[in-house]
Amino acid sequence: MGEDTESSKINHTFLRDYVTEADVISTVEFNQTGDLLATGDKGGRVVIFQRETESKGETEELGETGDSGEYNVYSTFQSHEPDFDYLKSLEIEEKINKIRWLPQQNAAHFLLSTNDKTIKLWKVSERDKRPEGYNLKDEEGRLKDISTITSLQVPVLKPTDLMVEVRPRRVFSNGHTYHVNSISVNSDGETYLSADDLRINMWHLGITDRSFSILHNNIVDIKPANMEDLTEVITSAEFHPHHCHLFVYSSSKGSLRLCDMRSSALCDKHTKQFEEPEDPGSRSFFSEIISSVSDVKFSHNGRYLLTRDYLTAKVWDLNMDKGPVETYQVHEYLRSKLCSLYENDCIFDKFECVWNSSDSVIMTGAYNSFFRMFDRETGRGVTLEAWRESSKPRAVLRTRRVYTGGKRRRGDVGVDSLDFTKKILHMAWHPSENIIAIAATNNLYIFQDRVNPETQ
Amino acid sequence: MEVSAEAKRIMVVALGKLYSSRSQRGGLRLHRSLLLTLVMKSARDIYHEAQATAECVEPGCEQQHPEAAEGNTESSCGELRTLPLEEVVVSRKEDKENRCPSVTVPAQPSRKRRGKAAVEPDFLPCKKAKLEKASCPQQLLISPALMDYVNCSGLGAHPAPMPIHRAIAAC
Repeated sequence: MGEDTESSKINHTFLRDYVTEADVISTVEFNQTGDLLATGDKGGRVVIFQRETESKGETEELGETGDSGEYNVYSTFQSHEPDFDYLKSLEIEEKINKIRWLPQQNAAHFLLSTNDKTIKLWKVSERDKRPEGYNLKDEEGRLKDISTITSLQVPVLKPTDLMVEVRPRRVFSNGHTYHVNSISVNSDGETYLSADDLRINMWHLGITDRSFSILHNNIVDIKPANMEDLTEVITSAEFHPHHCHLFVYSSSKGSLRLCDMRSSALCDKHTKQFEEPEDPGSRSFFSEIISSVSDVKFSHNGRYLLTRDYLTAKVWDLNMDKGPVETYQVHEYLRSKLCSLYENDCIFDKFECVWNSSDSVIMTGAYNSFFRMFDRETGRGVTLEAWRESSKPRAVLRTRRVYTGGKRRRGDVGVDSLDFTKKILHMAWHPSENIIAIAATNNLYIFQDRVNPETQ
Repeated sequence: MEVSAEAKRIMVVALGKLYSSRSQRGGLRLHRSLLLTLVMKSARDIYHEAQATAECVEPGCEQQHPEAAEGNTESSCGELRTLPLEEVVVSRKEDKENRCPSVTVPAQPSRKRRGKAAVEPDFLPCKKAKLEKASCPQQLLISPALMDYVNCSGLGAHPAPMPIHRAIAAC
């Protein structure tokens, strides 16, 4: 797989024509302002994009930060390397499972990145000045011959090309026996949680220079005394956006548990359990697999939960634990294909789901480079495609349709023509604007709503 | 019976996946292993249940089937039902009373709950000498299917729609 020379003619810094396993994007996340977008890949690398603003440094008109809004590469660094657990004789993948930004407190940006076992805190800072005029060192840093120094000078800061430095500030290791699936920063800005299949840990960020200490606490532990009795695992966890004592975790059985850390140190007894009774009429071989929740997200207002299982996306009201208040069919046409999807492993795919900033729209991925958006008010869904052959830069995205019967329209795609290797698993929605970032294997697509840039 | 063959196939595939996941980079994935085990248990239960009801294909025995399915809302043959354990036992006992002489009942499968660590492939061809007539074709089909799925860990990404799905998948 050599590099295609044509890619240099295309004006995208983030599109490449070759696909290496290491380049597959495994997580996407905007920071709290949306100016920075971080992606992690299977090779353990993190790429941070920054939004370009035309009026950067100039007076802003009408409160807008600039119309160009393009995201360009800001920094790239190797976050995790392949590791080896000698005790268990197991390889530890370097794949970045999740990235979460910390709320910004000073000029520097901080993010947490995690692979299966280790979470790292990274400091991203800019340097655009450098001191010049040292007495003992020359410009290259070599020691000067003392006999040549005749006078003293005070070093001055001179502007230089912008440099982005990324340094690891803390490494949180040995906290997880099983594979880490989620991390979530608390609204208090001081703590965060990390969840693996059976346990959830809470960590204190305590940013200290060169300190790699571990201070963690099991706040959830669902490991049974006898592993043969294991019936469910934790699949995702998140802190409440406003209440620092509340968090939710989802399970492979399709249930959600809301926990209040004020009730006890170990939240084994959940405050609330959200579960939809199983429909006995729809029982199949694969009922357990397709009911496993792959992602759970609080709404921005903190009143709802959004979950994704294999075929649907559901919205839950925190005050109603008997079942979801809204259910959206993402790709119901796959229900009759579950056996094939089980054989080719697609049934185990874990799709993420996201809210828009006003919690009026939810979005999730599907196959064939398709992703779906659902308007909660109307209940209607739309299918869009993240595929470079059908989307030129600045072209309007047209809606797609999977043909499931009835009148066939031009452009409809048959279920049997769907490419199951092109899956949209990871995505992010800008915190305040209608800008979305979609990861399609090794490509990152950024779509902006020009008609309604600001969320109503 | 179609459901029985499908259940067997699913179990075989699950075994193959569990086996190949041992050599997967990153170690054994607990979530995936759990889901595969659940599918295997589901398929195994349905397989045994299907075997029990398939023992008697004679008209006399068919009377037992609707009785066993009494408690269910839907009892059509095409639909997948996970009959409660009590009903499966009931149908077996009744079958013994009206046993058709030409069909042999396979050895009672073990009801012992198996953990993830020890999975008993009790659907594999039995090594004991048996008088098999009607059930023979089914047994012979399993060996090549088993070899196929265990040997070919790289299953193609192109899914072929199976007609059996209408029988087993949810509507």
